[in-house]
Amino acid sequence: MVTGIASSLPGAERTPPRKHRTPARLGGTGPLSRSARRWLTIVVFLLPALVVLGTFNFWPMIDALRLSFTDASGFGREEFVGLDNYLQVFTDSAIVRSMGNTVWYAVLFTPTAVVVALALALALNHPRLPLRGFFRTWLFLPFIVSLAVAAFAWQYLLDPQVGLVNYWLQTFGIRIGNVLQDPALAMPTVALIAVWKSFPFYMIVFLAGLQEIPPSLYEAARVDGASNWSRFRHITLPLLGNTTGFVLVIATIAALQAFDQIYILTGGGPYRSTQTVVMQIYESGFKNLELGFASALSYVLLVATLLLGLVQFALSSRRAKDAAA
Amino acid sequence: MSQVTSLARDASHHHAVPERSARGRRRRRVPLRERVSGLMLFVAVVAVTAITVLPIAIIVLTAFKPVAEVNAFPPTLAPTDWTLDNFGRIFNDLPFARLILNSFVFAGGVTLLALCFDSLAAYVLARIDFRGNRVLLIAIIASLMIPFQALLIPVYQVIADLGWINTYWGLILPRAADAFGIFFLRQFFLSLPQDLDSAARLDGASEARIYWSIALPNAVPALLTLGVYTFVNNWNDLLWPLVLTTDAQMGTITSGLTQLTGPGGIIPFGVMMAGSLIALIPLAIIFLFLQRRFVASVASTGLK
Repeated sequence: MVTGIASSLPGAERTPPRKHRTPARLGGTGPLSRSARRWLTIVVFLLPALVVLGTFNFWPMIDALRLSFTDASGFGREEFVGLDNYLQVFTDSAIVRSMGNTVWYAVLFTPTAVVVALALALALNHPRLPLRGFFRTWLFLPFIVSLAVAAFAWQYLLDPQVGLVNYWLQTFGIRIGNVLQDPALAMPTVALIAVWKSFPFYMIVFLAGLQEIPPSLYEAARVDGASNWSRFRHITLPLLGNTTGFVLVIATIAALQAFDQIYILTGGGPYRSTQTVVMQIYESGFKNLELGFASALSYVLLVATLLLGLVQFALSSRRAKDAAA
Repeated sequence: MSQVTSLARDASHHHAVPERSARGRRRRRVPLRERVSGLMLFVAVVAVTAITVLPIAIIVLTAFKPVAEVNAFPPTLAPTDWTLDNFGRIFNDLPFARLILNSFVFAGGVTLLALCFDSLAAYVLARIDFRGNRVLLIAIIASLMIPFQALLIPVYQVIADLGWINTYWGLILPRAADAFGIFFLRQFFLSLPQDLDSAARLDGASEARIYWSIALPNAVPALLTLGVYTFVNNWNDLLWPLVLTTDAQMGTITSGLTQLTGPGGIIPFGVMMAGSLIALIPLAIIFLFLQRRFVASVASTGLK
């Protein structure tokens, strides 16, 4: 299997140029054998990366497509089943629900994370805020903590019996109960935990964008007597547009891949209210061994992500152009 | 330089004497409003920072709490009796020493191999103009957009066919080269001045030599950034080790800790926080030393 991939790799296309070596060598000696050596270098340098990417990236993409049209289960013969798996993806109510849940998660996660990140970036960029370096360091901290470890910490904090958050809220007369077992609150909770983990990265991207806005613009607006809000509305927001678009897209892509904290905190429950697409792929593929079906669902995820990725690509090239200008 | 500007400001103030009274009145009014809004901003940022740090604080503090305090009501933030019991128990409840080793082998192995393979490929893509260069680059950028989660099943199948379930090779090799890393380092190599290697080339140095003694030494900052990013991501990963290791001895710290929840959903929080704290230590060390540089490069390259 591996050799089959190696020969289908783009790197293998590079053998033909080497054929020219023989006739070329007849003509001269030095510079032409150098060209052969050059090709050899190119192949040797590229080969390790291309073998890895080919075996674990390009080939699996093709293989997943093939699997998605079969009833593969890891055992016995795989039968071709046509579009049955895809039909099931879009008709099985549990699967449709998992896609709906993922969209709901994205709706909860993406705007919250982007607004929190932008607000904190604006705050950290404010000239009147003291100790900016100190705050930036501590606010960046969740970036290095894994979502799994964050989930453990929040699980303890939110515990209905011994959790501090419940206890503190109770002193204000607010009872939230066992949020992770509440079908209405479980999803917002796991989405908020992801916001906690993700906002520092988006915040840093926003900070970089803010620092590219020339201060002279704000000076001019101040001279014209523009209010804080109108300076934000008419200078910051438009000039930050590409950065905001970029952050929105990568946050949405991240939302489509939600898994870690959900696996740990709710396992997709209660009543499958937090069952996301990746949770479903995990369950179908590794618990129920429906590899064919899980591959079809994977492909739906892949196409959704690719579409968002194209948007991101367009945005980031626009961003690069802005940076160059 | 700041001295110069402050001098200039002083000078302009001296010239502005006639206007002073009018300006002074306005200045007194504005600072008050701005001071109040500045204070509100400060309080808000302090509050958000406190909420942000709370889960990390709870990990550190709970790790040193005795069981009775962990499950006490009303709950407390800090332990009154500091103890190391939880750290003893985590090594008892899980093969934790082995999990720590596995985490280092997995994250460290991926990082070393990926830096090596990525930089080799990136060097050729950036510095040598050959037929197919562009096509390859486009293929690599395209694969950048494919989420790992969507390839979980076929990649697992490849590893299973190779007989590498529950092995280090199985964990490491699928990530030993990374489209993002190649792209990132290629951009860096492109930014290095060409004069250096054209001089070396004139002297008859081989590409391997230029790569090793010119390109790599100059790329240390980029390699460090990519290395930290790769290490942190893999150290923190849950899904891949969870799927690939069924043997409790082959998991990582992250995947191992998910096995702590006992039947009936009773969670030994103290032990879990002790394990989480140990998982955080290498990251905290990296963070302390590289925070500034890492924040700067995250901002400029948009790596996530």
